[in-house]
Amino acid sequence: MASYLIRRILYMVPIIFGVMVITFVLFFVVQSPTAMAKRILGPKAKPEAIQNWLHNRGYDKPRFINTQPGATWWDSQFVHQMKALATFDLGYSDATGESIARMFRQGAIPSLLITVPSFIFGFLISLSAALFFVFVRDSRTDLFGVILCVAMMSIPIQVYVIFGQWLIAVKTSYLPAFGFYLSGASTIKFLVLPVILYTLADLGGEVRLYRTIFLEEIHQEYVKTAQAKGVSPARVLFVHVLKNGMISIITLVVASLPFLIIGSLVLENFFGIPGLGNLTVNAIRTSDFAVVRTTVYLGSLLYLVGLLLTDICYAAVDPRIRFQ
Amino acid sequence: MSLLEVRNLRIQFVTEEGETQAVDDISFFVDSGETVALVGESGSGKSVTALSLSRLVPTPPARYQGGQILFEGKDVLQFSKRQLQDLRGGKIAYVFQEPSTSLNPVFRVRNQIAEAIHLHRRDVQDVRAEILNILDLVGIRDPIRAMEAYPHQLSGGMQQRVMIAMALACRPKLLVADEPTTALDVTIQAQILNLLRELRKKLGMAVLLITHNFAIVSNLADRVLVMYRGKIVEQGPTQEVLHHPKHPYTQALLACIPKIGSMERRLTTIDHEALARMS
Amino acid sequence: MNFPLWIQNLAIFLLAASMGSAFWFVARSPRWQRATRRFRNDKVGLLSACVISVYLFIGLLDSVQIPAGPHRDRTALDWMFHGIKRERTYSAPLASTSYSATRPQPLEGRHVLGTDVLGKDVLLQTLKACRTALIIGGLTSMIYIPLGTLFGVLAGYYRRWVDDVIQYIYSTLATIPSILLLIAIIMALGKGLPQISIALGVTAWVGLCRLIRGETMRQSQRAYVEAARALGQSHRQIICRHILPNVMHLVIINFILGFSGFVMTESILSYLGVGVPVGTPSWGQMIDSARMELAREPAVWWNLGASACALFFLVLALNLLGDALRRAFDPRGSSVSVSR
Repeated sequence: MASYLIRRILYMVPIIFGVMVITFVLFFVVQSPTAMAKRILGPKAKPEAIQNWLHNRGYDKPRFINTQPGATWWDSQFVHQMKALATFDLGYSDATGESIARMFRQGAIPSLLITVPSFIFGFLISLSAALFFVFVRDSRTDLFGVILCVAMMSIPIQVYVIFGQWLIAVKTSYLPAFGFYLSGASTIKFLVLPVILYTLADLGGEVRLYRTIFLEEIHQEYVKTAQAKGVSPARVLFVHVLKNGMISIITLVVASLPFLIIGSLVLENFFGIPGLGNLTVNAIRTSDFAVVRTTVYLGSLLYLVGLLLTDICYAAVDPRIRFQ
Repeated sequence: MSLLEVRNLRIQFVTEEGETQAVDDISFFVDSGETVALVGESGSGKSVTALSLSRLVPTPPARYQGGQILFEGKDVLQFSKRQLQDLRGGKIAYVFQEPSTSLNPVFRVRNQIAEAIHLHRRDVQDVRAEILNILDLVGIRDPIRAMEAYPHQLSGGMQQRVMIAMALACRPKLLVADEPTTALDVTIQAQILNLLRELRKKLGMAVLLITHNFAIVSNLADRVLVMYRGKIVEQGPTQEVLHHPKHPYTQALLACIPKIGSMERRLTTIDHEALARMS
Repeated sequence: MNFPLWIQNLAIFLLAASMGSAFWFVARSPRWQRATRRFRNDKVGLLSACVISVYLFIGLLDSVQIPAGPHRDRTALDWMFHGIKRERTYSAPLASTSYSATRPQPLEGRHVLGTDVLGKDVLLQTLKACRTALIIGGLTSMIYIPLGTLFGVLAGYYRRWVDDVIQYIYSTLATIPSILLLIAIIMALGKGLPQISIALGVTAWVGLCRLIRGETMRQSQRAYVEAARALGQSHRQIICRHILPNVMHLVIINFILGFSGFVMTESILSYLGVGVPVGTPSWGQMIDSARMELAREPAVWWNLGASACALFFLVLALNLLGDALRRAFDPRGSSVSVSR
């Protein structure tokens, strides 16, 4: 078990390297730092200002290998970037000059305050709904449920957000429409609407997914045995099928846990929540490549952590793997 | 009164591809304590017949069109949900073909057998002792270890024994075994068949054995029913049917069995068109 | 990069032609014939296909050029709407004056769905955006389907080092969260329709590749492939004649469902500011502009309503069609189902 995990972690090293290369190519090769500088400083910027800007950030070094006289050959952008990412030296924002590490630390809490409750509510509601639909499978209710889920999946999140905000906050003024303020218990009023909308937006897809998983279980042979034993349909579903289905579901859920930190880009931007999602959106708007780069890198790391958690979870939860 | 009497049973399958008559007006009976073999090729309707006894055939694609299934004189097709649950497991128990997939992979053997006992034998005080008892009955040498195991930790033969144990846990009157040895090695097959023979003697229950293997039939069964395309084409005492088959299909089926020492070059097959013309 | 209309149309035509020939090629297999029979009975699937055809037709209308004068060409759609004049600013659906609490001014014509901030007819904009959505979906599919299928088949059939390399490539790409990768690619390449399609294609081929790789591995273990090798068929022949036709159904299902994803993602990208360039009509842009519009007094809702509905029905139809196709190729009824 431990050796398996170590092997998995070792395999991730070349992947991380690959991710670093891709981000480097996208942000330094395809789009040269000079163009970046021009975008940030404006089209009328003088060449000296651009040079200065580049030099301050080390963007004026050669890209891969430094062949200039008097410099070490590995003093290049590529090597610097690799080193920085590997040591988690996240650097400074291209647009505002702020420490990116600090920006991320500050943005994590607001994002989590929205994603964690949405995640919990969403999970509980989706699980119950999926079990219900499987219980009444092959009926009109089931068909209606499937179409409802697909319909909910077909609405883009902005429409949920825009419409929800307009309906609740603007029309009824029960909840604030915008803004965020960490102030203990009363922070909740800023969270209610985003959490509800975030849960709704993912609900259709989640219910359908869980329903599919449970339906697959219900077609397994052991269900026939249970019925032949005289187990009631309710118990078949809520004990036999549920436990088997939960293995797949728990591993899916665990895989998505690391992403809770990032938060929804659309939602946070719309409600003015100063989380990591909003951070990313602002970075796009201001062409802040440094921040976007770092977000891409961190996002990839989180994904890999999620994969690792999935493996661990599977081994812990599935008896077929636990007892070899 | 027979333990089980099936009269004029008709079951149809309705799918997008069309309608098939899986079971076409069959009638047979099983008395208490006797072993009846139901023989036929795949697609003959024998599995559907077996499942229908407890109404286990899924009714969205299938439809019970008519007939009666009388168990202890009462028609199963008219049973309420409550009566059906009592019947399943408590009076009629099943053993299926693939023990590796028929057992729930995430529950220990102990829990799966205990569930059966809780459902149908509330009188049992010491469930654990009863489980050990049953596992011993089916010939499992280390019942304590087997009890705590998950299905995938057991060999195929052990899994099938566990299935049989689970079926017997409720002292059913009728055991329906649907190809119980087809998925097992030949040596294990022999063991399981011996087990079934012993249990039959010890417990005195009736057995309906579904198979396509005549060797098993002659060993275990008192009577044989031969099914072909949804109909029972021949039934009678085993020796009678095996040595003096009357229906052309039975004759063809028996002729297919390769005999050791015969000097023929080609194996006999069944000519379905010829049969259709004859019947 | 702004291609003239006829090049875009040629690209779409090529896409349709290649798809059509691929289908004809595989449609002779019995699996497809069975699936077609099942699909014919699927009411939901047929209805979705009709809805999608309507969208296709509208997109087509907006692609056909009609010479309108010495300098401009108009599309057929423009021609149909030539009677509708352009206003100065907002107006409500079917209103006769412009939309303002203080100084409503008389309109030049009737607008069934009102007009937007620039006075353009909302119905026309919504219909024109069909074409944009279809182009994005089509262009992206032309990129990701060949990539995904090719690499998937190669990885699944040849295994060993080919499989390792391809797995490494797509694992690395898959590690980056797709929305972030999309944003990164578009920021690097610049805004524009082809760039969006390239970005979407680069993120989408991974999923198809995995799917095809799995199915190819399954198929190449089947006895008929062994038999073909024993008969002396070359790898290329086996792939083209045996493997490909047996994975095509996965490709088409993935195509339909992927299409719906692209349309949705484009709208999100537009919201984030990395969508289509400003001049191009798109539902995503219309929804994005609705942000400020709903907050106005009185609220302007028809822009959001029209674009959201148009997007919703296309995505819904594509999702339902994808499901119907899945059912047609692999109905649950074929496996043993359970009673109650």
